[in-house]
Amino acid sequence: MKTNDLIIQTTTKVVFYIIFLFSIHIFFAGHYTPGGGFVGGLLMSSAIVLLLLAFDLKTVQAMLPVNYTVVTAIGLLIALATASGSIFFNVPFFTHAFDYYNLPLLGKTSIHTAMFFDTGVYLVVVGVTMTIIQMIGGDE
Amino acid sequence: MSLVFAIFTPVIAALLIPLLYKRVSAIHTGWFVLLIPVALVSLYATYIPPIIDGTTYKDELPWIPSLGLSFISYLDGLSLLFSLLITGIGALVVLYSIFYLDKKKEKLGNFYVYLLLFMSAMLGVVQSDHLISLYFFWELTSISSFLLIGYWYTKDRSRFGALKSMMITVFGGLMMLGGFVILGILGDTYSIRELIAQAPDLVDHKFFVWALVLVLLGAFTKSAQFPFYIWLPDAMEAPTPVSAYLHSATMVKAGLYLVARFTPIFALSEVWVWLVTGIGILTLLWGSFFAVKQTDLKAILAFSTVSQLGLIMSLLGIGSIAYHVTGDLVTTFTFATFAAIFHLMNHATFKGSLFMIAGIVDHETGTRDIRKLGGLMSLMPISFTIALIGSLSMAGVPPFNGFLSKEMFLDAVLNLKNFDLHALDSWWILFPIIAWIASVFTFVYSLYFVFHTFRGKHKPEQLPKAAHEAPVGMLLSPGILASLVVIIFFVPNFFGNTFIKPAVAAIQPLAYQVPADVGFTIKAWHGFDSLAMYMTLGVFLVGYLLFKTIPKWSPIYKTFPTKLSLNGMYDGLMRLGDSGANRFSSIYMTGSIRSYFVYMFTAIIVLLGGTMWIKDAFVISYENLAPIRFFEILISIILIVGTITILVTKSRLTAIIALGAVGYTVALFYILFKAPDLALTQLVIETVSVALFLGAFYHLPQMNKHEKGKEDRGFRLGNFLIALGVGVMVTLIAISSHSQKLIPSISEYYKETVYSEAGGGNIVNVILVDYRGFDTLFEISVLTIASLGIIGMITLRLAKKKGDRKVENK
Amino acid sequence: MEILMSILIGFLFMAAIYLILSRSLLRIIIGTGLLSHGTHLLLITMGGLGGKNAPVLSEGVTDYVDPLPQALILTAIVISFGVTAFSLVLAYRTYKELGTDNMSLMKGTEDND
Repeated sequence: MKTNDLIIQTTTKVVFYIIFLFSIHIFFAGHYTPGGGFVGGLLMSSAIVLLLLAFDLKTVQAMLPVNYTVVTAIGLLIALATASGSIFFNVPFFTHAFDYYNLPLLGKTSIHTAMFFDTGVYLVVVGVTMTIIQMIGGDE
Repeated sequence: MSLVFAIFTPVIAALLIPLLYKRVSAIHTGWFVLLIPVALVSLYATYIPPIIDGTTYKDELPWIPSLGLSFISYLDGLSLLFSLLITGIGALVVLYSIFYLDKKKEKLGNFYVYLLLFMSAMLGVVQSDHLISLYFFWELTSISSFLLIGYWYTKDRSRFGALKSMMITVFGGLMMLGGFVILGILGDTYSIRELIAQAPDLVDHKFFVWALVLVLLGAFTKSAQFPFYIWLPDAMEAPTPVSAYLHSATMVKAGLYLVARFTPIFALSEVWVWLVTGIGILTLLWGSFFAVKQTDLKAILAFSTVSQLGLIMSLLGIGSIAYHVTGDLVTTFTFATFAAIFHLMNHATFKGSLFMIAGIVDHETGTRDIRKLGGLMSLMPISFTIALIGSLSMAGVPPFNGFLSKEMFLDAVLNLKNFDLHALDSWWILFPIIAWIASVFTFVYSLYFVFHTFRGKHKPEQLPKAAHEAPVGMLLSPGILASLVVIIFFVPNFFGNTFIKPAVAAIQPLAYQVPADVGFTIKAWHGFDSLAMYMTLGVFLVGYLLFKTIPKWSPIYKTFPTKLSLNGMYDGLMRLGDSGANRFSSIYMTGSIRSYFVYMFTAIIVLLGGTMWIKDAFVISYENLAPIRFFEILISIILIVGTITILVTKSRLTAIIALGAVGYTVALFYILFKAPDLALTQLVIETVSVALFLGAFYHLPQMNKHEKGKEDRGFRLGNFLIALGVGVMVTLIAISSHSQKLIPSISEYYKETVYSEAGGGNIVNVILVDYRGFDTLFEISVLTIASLGIIGMITLRLAKKKGDRKVENK
Repeated sequence: MEILMSILIGFLFMAAIYLILSRSLLRIIIGTGLLSHGTHLLLITMGGLGGKNAPVLSEGVTDYVDPLPQALILTAIVISFGVTAFSLVLAYRTYKELGTDNMSLMKGTEDND
């Protein structure tokens, strides 16, 4: 089904990046202010859903040639690896660690292993949501 | 090497077997497997000298320390004898199987993995000191036996036999577990050592006899005693090496081991003596009588095994009388235990060789039906010699080891006259009579087995293959066993001192502290005043006459009705269980999901409501309530309107949009209740959900209300009542849960430590990724599974069969 | 407010269960959606609604609302999304395969399951 809605297509091109950046922001902010992997991932997916609404499935796949099943798998692996990483430091499974660093440009930044775990969550949420939507939308 | 490790060596080695089988196809996998029992038998052989001196060994490996559960390997005379049998016969059987099983046609990987699994399990059974680990290994032997019987799983008979053996032995195993638990509670320990020490205190407890009977059920089912023996003949569907190993030499003797091992505990009760002796002697008679009826070589051997196991069982029973007598009689009756262990060893040698010969005959002629066989003596002279040695030993003819132990058995039965308890002084005479009759039939079936196979007229036209002698390698194992049969006859006391005495000392620890105290010698010649010798002569005479006249008297077997037989009862019971379970479950498993929902929701109403009513748990408090604001009322109204819209609408589009509206109002509630994360998530997810519903919109069915009209009024009313009940229930619970705060929230801990411990500021997110990270990990796993399921459902179309799966729309 | 919410939750449960017990597939799916909304609201009500501050650390604030129900609900929201999507696909595949959305006709029988 080919849609020819110029207004929505043009707006989408702009709005997509705004939502995308917002999702990244909310993901990183999650540890201190509302947000996190779930919301971030869902926002990201809703941005792609918006693309899907404006263009058709094939066009979007050409724009974002991503295999979402692989994204899910990578996310799950990252989460599991973060959780099991603690075993190598002789602390129980799922023990997180954090520290503060001074990074160029960003200044004093805290780095958490929990954030890597959250990255996994983010990727799984994006992967799963998009897999479902593509599957349902693409089914004849 | 640690003893516990030795137990697990076979099963660890089994991990390599499939690999070897796949990669090294030039060499028969059996050659690799052979190394394991050979190594173990040499290991256990080094323990013989210290064990003769009375040393015992103990090795422990914690299993579940918090429950006090560990693998304790305890090695004394009895365990050592069994361990040597398991690994020794194991080595011979593996050697035999190399020639028996074709490396190209058979799935050797499976076979040897099961066999090694069994070896570990069996070693575990005979060495465990902890009751629960004993049970664990016990069931493992049942499972490996199941797998081995069903090895040729494409044959119906194999599967039937495997299942039957599993049903009966696992039933017994569970009974035994019950007995163990009772023992464990009575003695407050699961260690057999410690229980033996406490036995005199336990014997008067009212549950002691229960424990005794339950443990005996385990032993009787495993050792194929009457009336549970019926699984053993059907187990003969297993490959012959398995029959020789599991179903004659080792696994079926686990029951005997159990009886011997528990004798120091249970023998204090007279029930034990009569049950073990009585069932044993009954099994002896029954098995020997029905062995003559069989036409399959292996079936004859199976019934003969049943009967010989009964013999050993009854000897163990007579031996346990030693706990009830004093003075010289203790020695007299302990001699029966000695005879039991001696016969157990002898049986392993001659029956093992006979099974292997039966396998050879099957292998070389293509049949085991004794009616088709005959005259093989000149074609297979070596096999015939081995078979003759085994059979004559089984019949109790000198100069073979069976003669010695059979003599000792008759002696022991005659000695029962010295034990006159409870007015049984005239009844004892039954035992020698039954024993004598059984010996006659043993003699008959032994001759029947060997002579009907190897003598008589050769019928080559009835044989699937042209008969010829087996390869040397195949004759090696039965040959070794047959030569043992002869050697044991000539130097019985060497074996007696080395293996039997330490085992007897373990069974009768009250009388004999160390094996050196056991002063028995085995004699072939008992003198002219020995009644047992005349009985044996009578057996030979009558047995020979009966053997010659088999065709004349065998019709009596036809007088036994098949329907009333134990096998018929087993089949009936299985059918009854099947159909009964089916009928019972179809009462409530209607196949309609609505029925299940009704059960669940009714249960919620009844259980929760009932508990609340009985415990008087409903509390309502007007304190601590949050004020009601204008916005909240407004949102509540929107929520209610949205929900009602969903209930009454006839259009699916309206319903989906109304559901979205309800979702957004819920998000507004989250904002009002200070839950920004939730509000954000809910808003986004509601958007995506609506997109999802709309994406699937064209595929979705119309919002058909299948419950229109008057006839469905009752249906709707029922639904409404259930829904109303659950709704009210939830409201009551929500009010009560808010009105009473019995336990402080664990959130206080999170609030205090979120910055110091986890270095975060958003408590909700920190809980998700850190404190309760496990939940989240599993959650994303569930999501992944859901998405994979969806991919599966959409991409893998069911093969559509026209017509038959379409259901007419109402 | 808690009592009002409790009644509202009861109403949501009632509507959800009425829908779930019906014979139409789509109504059952919508019912499960409503049921999860009801459950989420129940959880947050149990934790108390009177909190003044969102559970995000800020200077000089001590009375946060209970964060634990919120964390549980967050998990539940995402899971229920997965479940809804799954049952939606299950429903429409079933509808395509069997040609009906009437649950009482889909009952498996002895010889056809």
